[in-house]
Amino acid sequence: MFENLTNKLGNVFKGLTKRGALSESDVENALKEVRTALLEADVALSVVREFIDKVKVRAVGEEVLRSVTPGQQVIKIVNDVLIEVLGSSESELLIDHAPPAVILLVGLQGSGKTTTAGKLAFHLKSKKRKKVMLASLDIYRPAAREQLRILGEQAEVLVLPEIDGESPEKITKRAMAASKVQAIDVLILDTAGRTTLDTAMMSEAKEVFKLSKPSETLLVADSMTGQDAVQTAKAFSELIKISGVVLTRSDGDARGGAALSMRSVTGCPIKFVGVSEKLDGLEPFYPDRAAGRILDMGDVVSLVEKAAETIAEEDAAQMMKRMSQGSFDMNDMLKQIGQLKKMGGLGGIMSMLPGIGKLQKQMAANNFNDKAISKQEAIIYSMTKKERVNVSLLNASRRKRIASGSGTAVSDVNRLVKQQQDMARMMKKMGKMGGLGGLKNMMSSLEGASPNPGLGDGQNSVMDANKMAELQKMMGGNMPNLGNMANRFGGMGLPGLGGKPSKKRR
Amino acid sequence: MALNWFKKLKTGLSKSASKVEGAIASITGKKTIDQETLYDIEDQLILADLGVEVSGRIAKKIKDQKFELNKNKGIEKTQIAKTLAEEIEQILLPREQNLYEKVNSKPHVLLLAGVNGSGKTTTAAKIAEKFRLEKKSVVLAASDTFRAAAVEQLKTWGKRVGARVVSGEEGGDSAAVAFRAFELAKKEDIDIVIIDTAGRLQNKKDLMEELTKTCRVVSKLDHDAPHQKVVVLDGTVGQNAHSQLKSFDESIGLTGMIITKLDGSAKGGVVVSLAEKFEIPIHAVGVGEGLDDLQIFEASSFSRALAGLD
Repeated sequence: MFENLTNKLGNVFKGLTKRGALSESDVENALKEVRTALLEADVALSVVREFIDKVKVRAVGEEVLRSVTPGQQVIKIVNDVLIEVLGSSESELLIDHAPPAVILLVGLQGSGKTTTAGKLAFHLKSKKRKKVMLASLDIYRPAAREQLRILGEQAEVLVLPEIDGESPEKITKRAMAASKVQAIDVLILDTAGRTTLDTAMMSEAKEVFKLSKPSETLLVADSMTGQDAVQTAKAFSELIKISGVVLTRSDGDARGGAALSMRSVTGCPIKFVGVSEKLDGLEPFYPDRAAGRILDMGDVVSLVEKAAETIAEEDAAQMMKRMSQGSFDMNDMLKQIGQLKKMGGLGGIMSMLPGIGKLQKQMAANNFNDKAISKQEAIIYSMTKKERVNVSLLNASRRKRIASGSGTAVSDVNRLVKQQQDMARMMKKMGKMGGLGGLKNMMSSLEGASPNPGLGDGQNSVMDANKMAELQKMMGGNMPNLGNMANRFGGMGLPGLGGKPSKKRR
Repeated sequence: MALNWFKKLKTGLSKSASKVEGAIASITGKKTIDQETLYDIEDQLILADLGVEVSGRIAKKIKDQKFELNKNKGIEKTQIAKTLAEEIEQILLPREQNLYEKVNSKPHVLLLAGVNGSGKTTTAAKIAEKFRLEKKSVVLAASDTFRAAAVEQLKTWGKRVGARVVSGEEGGDSAAVAFRAFELAKKEDIDIVIIDTAGRLQNKKDLMEELTKTCRVVSKLDHDAPHQKVVVLDGTVGQNAHSQLKSFDESIGLTGMIITKLDGSAKGGVVVSLAEKFEIPIHAVGVGEGLDDLQIFEASSFSRALAGLD
C-alpha cells in the first residue's frame, strides 16, 4: 500500500544521500518535498505538520550535519519519527477478560465493516482458538444481515439469528444474552455504516456502546480516505471510546496516508489491515515494519514469519537434506514454486524485501511476474516422472514435447533446465558448507542479517552492508551483483528468478 | 426542486465549506494577502482534498486578484469566497453533464463500476428510481457475483423501485449476468439496463480484465453497449481517486463519473482536481441514503457550496 509514497520519498532521499555535507537549507528543501509527498499520500495536514516539525528539530542538530553520513542520518530520523507516528509497538486485541468479550465495529458506509467482521471472526477462531459469535446491528442497508450470515457460515462461527423489526439496541441485548448462554468467548457486533454528521445514528452507536461495554471498539476505515479520515476518526473517538483501528483495502494502491493519520489523531493503534477480499485477508499491523516499508527498507521479519507459517518443518528439513547431497531436481523445484505461491506469490514477497521498489519495475518491464512462474510450473508438470528426477534425459525431442505440452516455447524449457542446473550446482556448494539449505533456513539467515533494518545501529541504517556481504559469501560467491535481486533470489533457492537473462552473471 | 437539492448539497458540503470559509475568514479584514495567509488558504484547500497542486494554484490566483477594499480598508470576505467559487467553477464547468441526457437508445445499457464500498448498488437503485419516475422500465443486472449477499441487496432495492433483477449464482460469471439482462431487455422491450458490477480495487489486474470482458460480452448484442460506463467514486476518497479514475478509464473507457457520500464530513474537493486532469464528465452526486438523494451535478452550485456561499 505504501509503494507510491515509498518512491516519492526515495527520490527525496537519493538527493540527500548523494551529498557529503548537508546544510540546513538542504534539509529544509528535502523536508518541503517530504511534506508534498505526504500530502499527496493523503496524510492529514495536521499530522504532516507535526511530522515535519519533529523531523526538523532532530535533523538540524549539529551532530547530524557534521556526521559522516548526514543523508543516512536524516533518513534514520524520518524512520524513527514514522514509527512514532504509526505507534511504536503492535498491540494485541484485549479479549481475554471474562467472556463474552465484545468487539464493536464502527465506521462510515462502505468502509468494510461487515467483511472485516467476518475476517475477524475467522482470525479469532482459527488463530486464537476462540468461540466466536457474530451479530449484525445493521437494520438499514438491504441484505447487510444476510451478508454477515453468509460470512459467518464461511468462517464457521455462530451468527445471531435475525428477528425482523428489532432495534439495534434490542439486538445487542439479545446477542449478549445468547453469548452468555452459549459460552461464547468473543462477540463481534457489526454496526450500520454512518456518517459522523448524522446525530441520530451517532447516538444509536453511543447507546449500543453503553449496552455492550465492548472490550474493543474498532474503527473500520478505508485506506483510500482523504483528508476526511481525521474528521471521521475524531468524531467517532469523541463520541465513543475507540480502542483501535482496522485499515481496510490496504491491498489497493492508496498511498497509506490514512495509516499515518489515524494513529496520530485517535491515539489508538492500528490493530489490523485488510489485505484481500478473502476471509483470511486480515493481518496484524506492525508499525515498525510499516515504517520500513514506507522507506523501502523492506519487511524481512514479516517475510520470515510468512515463510515459517507456510512451510512445514519436515518439508524444510527434507529439502535441506536433499540439497546438502546436491540432489536438487525438478520435483524440488516444483515444491519451491508451490511454496513461493503460497507465500503470496512474487508480489507478496517482493513487497517485503528492502530496496525492491526499482527492481519491481524492472521485473515488470521484463515480463517477470507470477505468470512466468506459473509457466515454469506448467513446464515441469509436462515432464514425465523420470524426467523430473533425471534432467539429463531431456534431449531435443523430449524438450519439444514438453514445450508443446505446456504451451511454451522450447527456449522456455531450455531456460528452466539451465536454471535448475545452476541452482543444483549452487545447492551442492552450499551443502558442502554445511547446514545452510532449504528456504526456511535461508530466510532465517537473512533475518539474522537484518532483523529490523534501520533500527539496529544508527550508523548504517538502510541495510547492514557487512552482513549482506557475509551472506553473499555464504551463498558461494556466485552472485556477482548483489543489487541484482533476481540473482540473489536465484541463489537463495527461490525458483523462477534466476531465469531472467542476466548479462552480469559470470 | 433545484433549490431543494442545492440545500441538500450545501448541508452535505457544509463541513468542507466551513473549512474553506475558515481560510477565507483568516484573510478577511486584511489589506493585502501576505505569504503566511496564502499558505493558510492553500492548507485549507488541501484539507478539502483539492490536492497540493490545484490548491497551490488557486491560492495563488486569489493572491493575484485585486480586491476592492471596504470602508475599513479591508478585504471583504464574500469577495474572496466569490473569487474562490469562480475559480473552482471554471475548472468544473466543462465536466458538467446530465446523466440522463445521454439516454438515446433502447434498450439503453448503463454500467456502474468502482472500488469496493463506493456505493455502486445504492447508486444503481437511485438511478432506477429516477427512470421509474420518468415512466421508463428498468432491469437491474446483479453482476456482483462475488460479495456475499450482494445479489440480495440489489433484489431488495429492485423490489423498492419496481425493477426486475437478473442474477446468477454466487461465484458465477458476472459478464453472463449482464448479457442475460440485456437479452431480456431486448426481448421484453425494457427501456433501461443497469449493470451493477462487483467492487474491485483498481490495481487488481485480473479483476479489471473481468470488467473489460463484461463490456465486451455486452457489446455482442449491440455494438455501442454499454452506452454509458460510469465509475462510482466515494466522496471520502482522497488523492487515490486519481488512480481509480485512470485505471477504470483505461480498462473500459469511462463515459462519466458519479461522486457518492457527500452527505458526511467528506469534502469531495478531489472532484476539482479530477476535473482538471481528466476529460471525464461528472454526472451526479450522492448526498444521502434516500432514493431521491442522487442529484444532477451542477458546477456552479457545487462550487458555491464548496466556497461557503449561499
